[in-house]
Amino acid sequence: MVNNGVLQLVQYLLRRIVTIILALWLIVTLTFMIMHSVPGGPFASEKKLPDVIKRNLEDRYHLNDPLSKQYINYLNNLIHFDLGPSFRYEYRTVNDIIKTGFPVSAILGALAIAFALVVGLLAGIISALRQNRWQDYLAMVLATLSFSVPIFILSGLLMYFFAYKLQILPSAMWGTWQQAILPTLALAALPTAFIARLMRSSMLEVLQQDYIKTARAKGLSERVIVLRHGVRNAVLPVVTYLGFLVTDVLMGSFVVESIFAIPGLGMWYVNSILNRDYTVILGVTIFFSAFLMLMNFFVDLTYVVIDPRIKLVDRKDV
Amino acid sequence: MSMEISPQMFKRLEHDGQPAEETLCPSVGYRQNVWLRLKQNKLAMTGIIIIVLLALLALVGPHLSAHSYEEQDLLMVNQPPGGSYWFGTDALGRDLFARVWYGARISLTIGLLTSVICMVIGVLYGGISGYLGGRVDEIMMRFVEVIYSIPFLLYVILLMVLLEPGLKSIFIALGIVYWQNMARIVRGQVLVLKEQEYIYAARLLGAGTWRILLRHLIPNTMGPIIVSMTLLVPEAIFTEAFLSFLGLGVSAPMASWGVLASDGIQGLRNYPWQLFFPALFISITMLAFNFVGDGLRDALDPRLRR
Amino acid sequence: MKRILLALMVLAAFVLAGCGDDKTKDTAGKANGPQLIRYNVGTEPKTLDPAKSTGSPEATIELQMLDGLTRYDANQEIKRAVAESWDISKDSLTYTFKLRDAKWSNGDLVTAHDFVYSWLRAMAKETASEYAYQFFYIKGAEDYNSGKGKKEDVAIKALDDKTLQVVLNAPAPQFLGLTAFQTYFPVNQKVVEGNPNWFTDPKTYVCNGPFKMVSWEHNQKIVMEKNPDYWDAKSVKLEKLEIYLIENLDTSFNMFKNGQLDQMNEIAAQELTALKDSKELKIMPDASVYFYRFNVTRKPFNDVKVRKALALAIDRKALVESVTKGGQKQAYAFVPFGFKDADGKDFRRNGDNYFKEDLEEAKRLLAGAGFPDGKGFPRATIMFNTQGNHQKVAEAIQQMWKKNLGIEVTIQNVEWQVYEDRETKLDYDIERAGWSPDYLDPMTFIDMFVTNGGNNKTGWSNREYDRLVSEGKSTGDQKVRMESMHRAEKILMDEMPVTPLFFYTHPIMIKENLKNVIVPPFATDADFKWAYVE
Repeated sequence: MVNNGVLQLVQYLLRRIVTIILALWLIVTLTFMIMHSVPGGPFASEKKLPDVIKRNLEDRYHLNDPLSKQYINYLNNLIHFDLGPSFRYEYRTVNDIIKTGFPVSAILGALAIAFALVVGLLAGIISALRQNRWQDYLAMVLATLSFSVPIFILSGLLMYFFAYKLQILPSAMWGTWQQAILPTLALAALPTAFIARLMRSSMLEVLQQDYIKTARAKGLSERVIVLRHGVRNAVLPVVTYLGFLVTDVLMGSFVVESIFAIPGLGMWYVNSILNRDYTVILGVTIFFSAFLMLMNFFVDLTYVVIDPRIKLVDRKDV
Repeated sequence: MSMEISPQMFKRLEHDGQPAEETLCPSVGYRQNVWLRLKQNKLAMTGIIIIVLLALLALVGPHLSAHSYEEQDLLMVNQPPGGSYWFGTDALGRDLFARVWYGARISLTIGLLTSVICMVIGVLYGGISGYLGGRVDEIMMRFVEVIYSIPFLLYVILLMVLLEPGLKSIFIALGIVYWQNMARIVRGQVLVLKEQEYIYAARLLGAGTWRILLRHLIPNTMGPIIVSMTLLVPEAIFTEAFLSFLGLGVSAPMASWGVLASDGIQGLRNYPWQLFFPALFISITMLAFNFVGDGLRDALDPRLRR
Repeated sequence: MKRILLALMVLAAFVLAGCGDDKTKDTAGKANGPQLIRYNVGTEPKTLDPAKSTGSPEATIELQMLDGLTRYDANQEIKRAVAESWDISKDSLTYTFKLRDAKWSNGDLVTAHDFVYSWLRAMAKETASEYAYQFFYIKGAEDYNSGKGKKEDVAIKALDDKTLQVVLNAPAPQFLGLTAFQTYFPVNQKVVEGNPNWFTDPKTYVCNGPFKMVSWEHNQKIVMEKNPDYWDAKSVKLEKLEIYLIENLDTSFNMFKNGQLDQMNEIAAQELTALKDSKELKIMPDASVYFYRFNVTRKPFNDVKVRKALALAIDRKALVESVTKGGQKQAYAFVPFGFKDADGKDFRRNGDNYFKEDLEEAKRLLAGAGFPDGKGFPRATIMFNTQGNHQKVAEAIQQMWKKNLGIEVTIQNVEWQVYEDRETKLDYDIERAGWSPDYLDPMTFIDMFVTNGGNNKTGWSNREYDRLVSEGKSTGDQKVRMESMHRAEKILMDEMPVTPLFFYTHPIMIKENLKNVIVPPFATDADFKWAYVE
């Protein structure tokens, strides 16, 4: 019985890893195709280059090779974890860009996620428990407001008030903890609001479930009911969202990073596309995708930990 | 207390051809029920009234002003709100009042339609994926991840080359990004719910896959779905501004709320009303949609049905 | 909830306290403090290898660390730098430079061989420099770059350690000015050879200019300090120079306003009115033109009457005063102000305006083209790239044409590279464009519109125009050159494949106590060699 379970788990893990690799390959291929089918290139410039010069550039970067050859070369390097040099910032490799940019984005993202989880979950739980009272209304109006102000406007407002008007925080750049406050708030606002609302609505549903009534009937203390039975079950949609939260925060970091001049990886995500910096586009996309898939993988595993009712291995497969 | 059980004690019932489970739950009255309960919810009704008012203003608002939304007066640029220009003017001397209400037409349409489109696709996709489970689920979810992983901006540039700018392109671009979130949320919920007793019961009683999905699983996931839907409205409104910025949006001088707001942020230091008015109405819209969304969620919840 | 609020308040208090300290330090440091300028150049440089760099931010950073043969002064006069003197042969083809005693920051002497090495390196095929064509005036350069010719055949020679001789293909009066240009900067052979990334590390960035690199934090800032080995170190008063690499305009403006920056480049139009009386706003000249191209291969823009009618119906005064607001000058000709004519006066002032706005005439022309009161005019589109003011300018012009001529046009913004692609393929009706000079001579504007020229992009072609341009390029006689360029410009404005809208300006924010910062009208954005803090 036990052996069987372990075997199933190993099988499941293996299958997941194979599908992740397949999916990554698909992403590389599709991105590669779309990237080369949109107009422009890494050496487009406002002043038209003489043909000789253009040819020299393309020779140097093997852009004259047939696409299929470029594609196979790229895959070959990718297998060796070599993402190539940037076309635009020739002196930097994509590996280096990720290595220096990601830790910054990760710190910023972690700060934002921590803020969003703590504040969002608390606000959601409190709203649900105090449904239709002022705490509920206040939290939900605040959440709604932070939802109707997008990240670029919020960033602008935060910078305007705290750096320009009050002059109590630095406007931008990265390095000190004061510089981390405004971007963290800007980045956390949306996920906080999302988590608060998700948690509230899920908590309300859970509180109406029979097992909560049973728990009440058993005479358990309200604290135990809310924490052990309510929150634990209600947190599931939030956990589903977590995988997305991480990537959402990373994506949102593009806006925040460019407004607050933070040298993270997020700003490369859009800039590389506008510059048609092919290797960076692919490198950053692969990196983010792998990251997203691993996150989802962990989220699925967390499901099992949190909710024993879910089975990873479906009955039909056994 | 022993008792002999003999076959004679049982009587065989003839199956009437209908799934037995269906007879328990007449579909008539469901919609009326929802409406009745929605009507009792004061906040939800306030939300509906606000939305209707906004829609009315979007229709007549541009005509209330003495100026049209596109008429420029280069001698009256960046005027503060006042007698002739109720909401002030923008950087080209255009009446913000007329522009805000003209923008409402575009943005309300975009917000509403996008969230409906995404809901339909996302719910079906996520529902099927979660319900069928196993390999199908895995393939479907990996597909979502693949689509999600390809940079949005690349699609947009590709679409820009392939399509003419305008509403249709906006819906295609927005549809590509936003259904995936919905699909994942629904799938996560369905994964949980399908293991619950009432689903087993329904299945035992002979309900088919579609029936279980549409009648039992999806209504029970309505809470998170509606939350995501209401949150999608502003996201769509602002993503449209980003699309306009890249050249896929409605063409100027038409301007949506999102575009007005992102223009407004440039004047924040000197002409704050240019941001304030569009932002105010976006927020009001959001509040209203949330009220309605919450009300709908409660009204649709089958467990609350009497 | 309450606890969180409390925590937030405590946090806010900390922040207030912490930053209060910072601010006092900030201001204290500036009064009679070290000679430091913090300047935002606006972007992370693509490279700092002068052979390969193309943009003005890169050129600006390199200019602080490297000194060419010549250097522009505050009045845009070409002055001696590493070259102590020069001699130009009678036929205007041979340039002989005498070098002064100048040192690299590693102690080596700057020799003529360094220049030969650097220039040949920049034009080598393997280097694949985008600006290699800046050397194409030199005999043998283009062949060497394309792989057809040999390195030895390029006419750059070090006659001895102190003498450099260059032979040109044809007279090019702009050549002397080019030696102050980034692509012509020298690099130190010892360092550069065998280390392709020498310019990324302050340790290997050996320089011969006023400043040397201390650190480079990507996407944040480059710190420089005075280079004691610079030949003219006595003129350099600044001890430290911080060049920030912040892209977002609004962020940069905020940083300037709360004391994190002393100087920055661009100011959004929506700030300009409020800054009208500010002593920190300076409007500097910029020798560039903002114009619209007409696609003359498409109907109805193949008709010169239509092009002229549209050009005459634009209210340029309203455009610069109410839309761009940066003191731009209305343009009624193509070559901007700031170029010297044969008589030493301004080329533009001598040439004057070639047309003026005239609604009646515009309507008459339009009717003559078959569209009385705009009736029957096909729906055309103005295409522009998504950036800055382009949308507002296009919207204003859209309205002017509608009001003045009864013509409806659509406007469409397009992502930059798609825009480039479409203009090159002539896939547009009317498009926004801008042009800034490569060198200080009107030819950089005039030779754009020769038949099939790479930057023509209108489909327009005129034999007489082509002839005038090649005449101007074949002689060193300034009088003949300038005359042919004036005549060519007149043809361009008569035929109007492009309509000029305004000449750019360069609004900057600069703290009042900064002195002697040079803000050139082209190629670079600032020179801090002589700058100091008062």
